[in-house]
Amino acid sequence: MRTLRFLLKKEFLQIFRNKTVLKLIIALPLMQLLILPLAADFEIKNINIAIVDNDLSPMSQQLTSTIAASGYFKIIDSGNSYKIAFQQIENDKADLILQIPQNFEREMVREQSGNLFIAVNAINGAKANVGSVYLNRIIMEFNANIRTKLVGNTQNATLQSMEITSQFRFNKYLNYRLFMVPGILVMLVTLVGTYMCALNLVREKEIGTIEQINVTPIRKHHFILGKLIPFWIIGVFVFSVGLFIVAYPVYGVIVRGSIAVLYSYLSIYLVAVLGIGLLISTYSTNQQQAMSLAFFFLMIFFLMSGLFTPIDGMPDWAKWITRFNPVTYFIDVMRMVVMKGSGFVDLKVHFLVTIGFALFFNTWAIWNYRKTS
Amino acid sequence: MQPIVISTEKLTKQFGDFTAVSQITFDVQAGEIFGFLGANGAGKTTAMKMLCGLLIPTSGKATVAGFNVFTQTEQIKRNIGYMSQKFSLYEDLTVLENIRFYGGIYGMRTRDINSKSLDLIKRLNMHEVKDKLVESLPLGWKQKLAFSVAVFHEPKIVFLDEPTGGVDPVTRRQFWDLIYEAANRGITIFVTTHYMDEAEYCNRISMMVDGEIMALDSPSNLKKQFNSKTMDDVFYKLARNAKRGD
Amino acid sequence: MRQLIIFVKKEFLHVFRDWKAMLLLIGMPVAQILLFGFALTNEISNAEIVICDLSKDEATQRIIEKFDASKTFIVRNSITNINQVDEAFKDGKTKLVIVFPPNFNYDLQHQKRAQIQIVADASDPNTATTLTNFASQIIMSYQKELLNNQSIPFEITTDMQMVYNPDLKGSTNFVPGVMALVLLLVCVLMTSVSIVKEKELGTMEILLVSPMNPLLVILSKAIPYLVLSIVNLIIILLLSVFMLDLPIKGSLILLFAESILLIITALSIGLMISNITASQQTAMLIALAGMMLPTLLFSGFMFPIENMPVALQVISNIVPSKWYYIIVKNIMIKGLGFTAIWKETLILLGMTLFFLTVSLKKFKTRLS
Repeated sequence: MRTLRFLLKKEFLQIFRNKTVLKLIIALPLMQLLILPLAADFEIKNINIAIVDNDLSPMSQQLTSTIAASGYFKIIDSGNSYKIAFQQIENDKADLILQIPQNFEREMVREQSGNLFIAVNAINGAKANVGSVYLNRIIMEFNANIRTKLVGNTQNATLQSMEITSQFRFNKYLNYRLFMVPGILVMLVTLVGTYMCALNLVREKEIGTIEQINVTPIRKHHFILGKLIPFWIIGVFVFSVGLFIVAYPVYGVIVRGSIAVLYSYLSIYLVAVLGIGLLISTYSTNQQQAMSLAFFFLMIFFLMSGLFTPIDGMPDWAKWITRFNPVTYFIDVMRMVVMKGSGFVDLKVHFLVTIGFALFFNTWAIWNYRKTS
Repeated sequence: MQPIVISTEKLTKQFGDFTAVSQITFDVQAGEIFGFLGANGAGKTTAMKMLCGLLIPTSGKATVAGFNVFTQTEQIKRNIGYMSQKFSLYEDLTVLENIRFYGGIYGMRTRDINSKSLDLIKRLNMHEVKDKLVESLPLGWKQKLAFSVAVFHEPKIVFLDEPTGGVDPVTRRQFWDLIYEAANRGITIFVTTHYMDEAEYCNRISMMVDGEIMALDSPSNLKKQFNSKTMDDVFYKLARNAKRGD
Repeated sequence: MRQLIIFVKKEFLHVFRDWKAMLLLIGMPVAQILLFGFALTNEISNAEIVICDLSKDEATQRIIEKFDASKTFIVRNSITNINQVDEAFKDGKTKLVIVFPPNFNYDLQHQKRAQIQIVADASDPNTATTLTNFASQIIMSYQKELLNNQSIPFEITTDMQMVYNPDLKGSTNFVPGVMALVLLLVCVLMTSVSIVKEKELGTMEILLVSPMNPLLVILSKAIPYLVLSIVNLIIILLLSVFMLDLPIKGSLILLFAESILLIITALSIGLMISNITASQQTAMLIALAGMMLPTLLFSGFMFPIENMPVALQVISNIVPSKWYYIIVKNIMIKGLGFTAIWKETLILLGMTLFFLTVSLKKFKTRLS
């Protein structure tokens, strides 16, 4: 225990002495937390539409203004040439083209049916999908209005109709940032923990002090604890600053659930993440290697965590990968506790799995550390 | 006759097909300055690492301070000091912080650490730089400090792996004064080097060539045995048939 | 010339001897293509929903069956009390709760009007709106079924065409992005770190006092990474054509020419970073924070630029990969020729010249 105290003192002295790195450790993640949510906004709005109106009738103009009033679309071009409109798609200026054919109104009145043409710039599949769904919905509503007007109420009453109301729980105003900020915070805590732990240990290897340590009677687990505890504290610190000093005042993220549950999960998660850093350090001989190894695995962890794309859409094999990814669990926990107020009972599995990760990575790292020394 | 603190018998280390150290056998007495000489790649560092418990030998027997190098490495570590050819103090800690840190991890009592560290600083004449970062010191001072830290906890044996690499002759002389001082206190010194003038300072030296000990005696006896005037000459006669080296 | 070849050879040995790094440099684009191509989509399937059926009649049964049959939804369980709705969301798996009020079918038949409520877990707003839309469509399809004998008067139909990407694959969007990311990673990060490493180890001085032109020394350090980048480029293109079925519509030569332009831009940035930094760690930090992050953020393949605040949109213009991303999309996906991308090419070219002049100028002053 006394040895551990000396080790901790040394680590803290070193960490606080190197002011530039310390500043980077604290400032870089918080800067990212400020910028990333602004950039990582997948909310699909401002869909650019070019309208080709070959009819120029009151009805077609009414449709155009309905679209403009919907709030989802920005009409960037309206004319009567499809060719010109298509150039807007080629230049990425337009996401959709709506073409209203000649005699649209006349056919609606005479033949009781009309046909519209929509072309979608589908390079970004998600945006194309959402854009076309929105446009179709607006056209449907427009259609219903026209029908009421043309038919009158009598005939319409014989049709059975269902009224669908929708209610959005936990995020009434569909604020995308409330969803992203907790996830990004997880990403930053993971980055800081893994990188600092891995680089610090590899640095001792590179400059040779680890050899000096190895000939002293320090127990391996004391040495490793001496490394883990300071970074664990920094991890908790970065998380707290991110949550209470950035996420709350800037983005209005309020923790609905219990802070105690959140922090007890964080404590376990940090042990697991530091274990990954430790493991990486035992497999690298210099900082460049540690850096690239960490980059490679963290990239896969983040992509496969449900942070940017929903896990529900993944094929089964990919879902299996997400189950072996610690980041997935913390993002889940954050979103559940922060947004839905889930409690310990709902998170039992997450806790158990993360304890498993912590044991697994640290045991592996210590085992591998022994073997190489 | 002093008691024996290091004893090896046919100690061998292989890395795959390569035999780095081959069947070396020798004894070191308490209080002795024992030199380990050889060209680069002769196996000095490997032999020393086995004795310190950093490497597990492939075969043979050895005890250090009475403990077995195969099974009792942790006990060995409590009784030795070590200074490697790579400078191994923390450059981003001050002189005093380094001394206190190493004293602490060897389990010295805080009161002893405080009094002894001030004493040491006085002896090294480092009073003015005691709160400076180690990285700001000249190399010679760093080496002297590293040695003093290695014997700070009064180990039975201290292992020095090419301690004076890159140091000017004057500082080297001062460094050896420190070594003598430690030896007079009863600390056994085990030192590897390839400076032949340093060999003269040792009580006994062993000459390693290609992983084997080719000669072992006091410097004067060796010069007689090989009919040479200087250790340089002894070394040259032994090492010219070496297959390894750079 | 012979000297240059000797130097380049030495650099190749350095680069290829470190097999861990090599594995990474080749493995990274492969892993990214596979993940983006097969695992990551914004489409949602098998979303779990909970039914709160307070009516339990023929109509609700029929609608629930329709939900069950759809690919998008899995009916997980049902609850019998409206107060259990909140509880149902707590475990994080339930995405929607569909609530049928009592007497649903009766109202539908007699009042000609019935209500359904969809309660969505909107913690992920995009998923919530998409799923709500899907659910409405399923419910509407039941309504159509009811009306199948009667034709709907005054109906507007729509024909839809998905240009460039009829199957709405995600790959059209990210393959160009991965190309930009990987080329930059290899060139900027690796070049700058490898040059700074020689500085740190002191071997740079030895090279600089040799009779060789210092510019050639630098050039020879860049060449292995140029080769490596081209190998990576070929791997990415082969994977995307043969595994992701994403054909290259435009000119292959033009694509390679533009890619080499980006590689040179990246190399000159790497050179500039190595000139202003003294340690590997700083070089890595600058390369990662200054190049990788902006590439991820601002090239437009991960995050839509048009959604960003204006300040960030302005910043995005100085990120070279943004322009490269536009160029590659135009050539590969849209099959356009040089006339469509000359502006972007010119911008990239200007950036390259700028970085090259700055770094060479710095380099000379450092030598004197």
